[in-house]
Amino acid sequence: MKILFGLLLCLACAPAWAALEVFACTPEWAALARELGGDKTSVYAATTALQDPHRIEARPSLIARARRADLVVCTGADLEVGWLPQVLLQSGNARIQRGQPGYFEAAAAARLIEVPAFADRAMGDVHAAGNPHLHLDPRNVASVAKALAQRMALADAHNASYYLERELAFQARWRQATARWEREAAPLKGVPVVVHHKDLSYLIAWLGMREAGTLEPKPGLPPSTAHLASLLAQLQKAPAKIIVRSAYSDPRPAQWLAQQAKMPAVLLPYTVGGTERANDLFGLYEDSIQRLLEGTR
Amino acid sequence: MDRIWMCAAALAVAVPPAWAQDAEVEKLREEVRRLQERVQAMDKPRATGENAFNPAVSLILQGTAARSSQDPSDYQITGFAPSGGEVGPPPRSFSLGESELVISANIDPYFSGRMTLALTPENEAEVEEAYFQTLMLGGGFTLKGGRFLSGIGYQNETHQHAWDFQDAPLAYSAFLGGRYNDDGVQLRWLAPTDLFLEFGAEVGRGRAFPSAEQSKNGVGAWSLFGHVGGDIGASTAWRAGLSYLYVEPENRAFEDADSLGNPVTQSFSGKSKLWIADFVLKWAPEGNATVTNFKLQGEYFRRDESGTLSYDDSAQSAPQFGAPFDGAYSSRQSGWYLQAVYQFMPTWRAGLRFDQLDHGTVSNGIVTGGAGPAAADFPLLGTAHDPSRTSAMVDWSPSEFSRIRLQVAEDDSRAGVTDRQVLVQYIYSLGAHGAHKF
Repeated sequence: MKILFGLLLCLACAPAWAALEVFACTPEWAALARELGGDKTSVYAATTALQDPHRIEARPSLIARARRADLVVCTGADLEVGWLPQVLLQSGNARIQRGQPGYFEAAAAARLIEVPAFADRAMGDVHAAGNPHLHLDPRNVASVAKALAQRMALADAHNASYYLERELAFQARWRQATARWEREAAPLKGVPVVVHHKDLSYLIAWLGMREAGTLEPKPGLPPSTAHLASLLAQLQKAPAKIIVRSAYSDPRPAQWLAQQAKMPAVLLPYTVGGTERANDLFGLYEDSIQRLLEGTR
Repeated sequence: MDRIWMCAAALAVAVPPAWAQDAEVEKLREEVRRLQERVQAMDKPRATGENAFNPAVSLILQGTAARSSQDPSDYQITGFAPSGGEVGPPPRSFSLGESELVISANIDPYFSGRMTLALTPENEAEVEEAYFQTLMLGGGFTLKGGRFLSGIGYQNETHQHAWDFQDAPLAYSAFLGGRYNDDGVQLRWLAPTDLFLEFGAEVGRGRAFPSAEQSKNGVGAWSLFGHVGGDIGASTAWRAGLSYLYVEPENRAFEDADSLGNPVTQSFSGKSKLWIADFVLKWAPEGNATVTNFKLQGEYFRRDESGTLSYDDSAQSAPQFGAPFDGAYSSRQSGWYLQAVYQFMPTWRAGLRFDQLDHGTVSNGIVTGGAGPAAADFPLLGTAHDPSRTSAMVDWSPSEFSRIRLQVAEDDSRAGVTDRQVLVQYIYSLGAHGAHKF
């Protein structure tokens, strides 16, 4: 009886010390939530850097995790359209439904590029709201950080000042780092690159590089032999410097083209966890720039 | 918008003279580029007013070209009461499949709604699903009401266009008429644990097989189900479940022929209890299904029925017996299937499925009574046949929205004849992307 009473007491007092449970759709937002949330949050990343963010399934484990979440942090712009709606519907969790404070979309706070003038599936898997891989522009990370800290403060009012203070400290470090990266990456300006998927557009735009082609014939369609052959012919006329691909993409098309066109193929982490050094947001940018510099040297 | 253009122009003009630092020029160029992008984005036509709230609409187009060594119109699963559903193989030659129109949206902060309309090749519109679902119940609870695909089994909640084979497993055809979608209410509860643990209960009218349309106040069918699932490492995800469906059909009628080949009406009234055990396992290297992935899925069904069987040939002009017969009837029948689908390279998958039904024990009081129809007058129910089928398929999905499938099957659903089937199927989805269940 005493034990039971103790258990009940524990349950009753739980909210006082329980951490804010964050369910992050992608590793980059998990990393950002950790930066801002410190030890007041417990962050679950629904996907890894080795998983194609477009092809995630509403797995039972994700539904179970969403059930307890206080805050869902996702990209939006339809990146998670194939699985998140099912996870939310099946979670039975009122806090994280669309329109609730516990539902956060990074895209709402960011500046999106490659917004199609019109959307037609004949253009491939384009997103009507714009390119959703927005975390590879550090200015987007900064504006998402601001919005997310405010949201975390709203979701966990007890620790509001804690999140906002951490956000200020993060912004200062991020500003410095961004300036440093821009200096380091100066030699990359104007460098033509071939990408696998248009998931590196923000990085390319920010660093002033030039996209010289994509391995995918259309966004979301796997590279075909015919397309690779025409890309090769195009590269022989107007060579690019490197072929870049994200950690989760099929390595073979990039390797094939690299061999044929005699260009280096460079693997980029794409998100936190994509390479060993990309263990947080800072590491993600540092390693990406390092790899690009090494590849173009 | 004009103002933005003017700003852009002003900035462009304001580019400082050549002695200014390159960095500054670059910065301004970037600024101009950004403004141009914003203008472009603003030029984009946007849904305005009430249209902005239009629900997500998607349309599925399906069709087949099929060959079969037996005529699909005389298809039956010998030894099992016909479900009345569309369970046979598709017609020979070219044939349109069911076109599905799916419309869904959040209704308000509290409810979401969804309708799936199946337009059959016979030019009928069939409401497959039309339900509301709660969003804000909280505590892990979700309530659904209307007509919906029941949560029993694994494949039952999957829409036909998402099946890995063109047709339903034999066990689904025999025990649920392809799928079970009653009119009723469903309550689900998800446990607050890291392990996925879900329980559900449904009550309904019992409008369709294994029940039968009836006019009765109260609940005509109910079911319970539990699911458990999780991940094994980063590469494997699984789910297993146990379900129970209870119905009390009244005059669940079907047509058969007697020993002379004359049509006879038989009907069952009583209790029907169905157990389903299901599991599914999905594997992909590091959980990345893009290049290769594997799916293993299996379900076991067991049905107990007990009640009264009626046999009536009195509607015939020259009946063999001329009077209705009633007798006690009970059966215990089972079935299972196991299927594996492997994506061996991007866009290409191959799959294999094995179906088996067990006729089990059937006791027919009319036959044992000996006063009228004999065993030979029940060719469908009385033939101790264990139907089986082996199917293989290869499909190609050039994008997420299209799929073309080649499927072959050796079908021993009918006693004594083997039906060899070959078909090509297309599945196209238009419009909203839609999120699939696991």
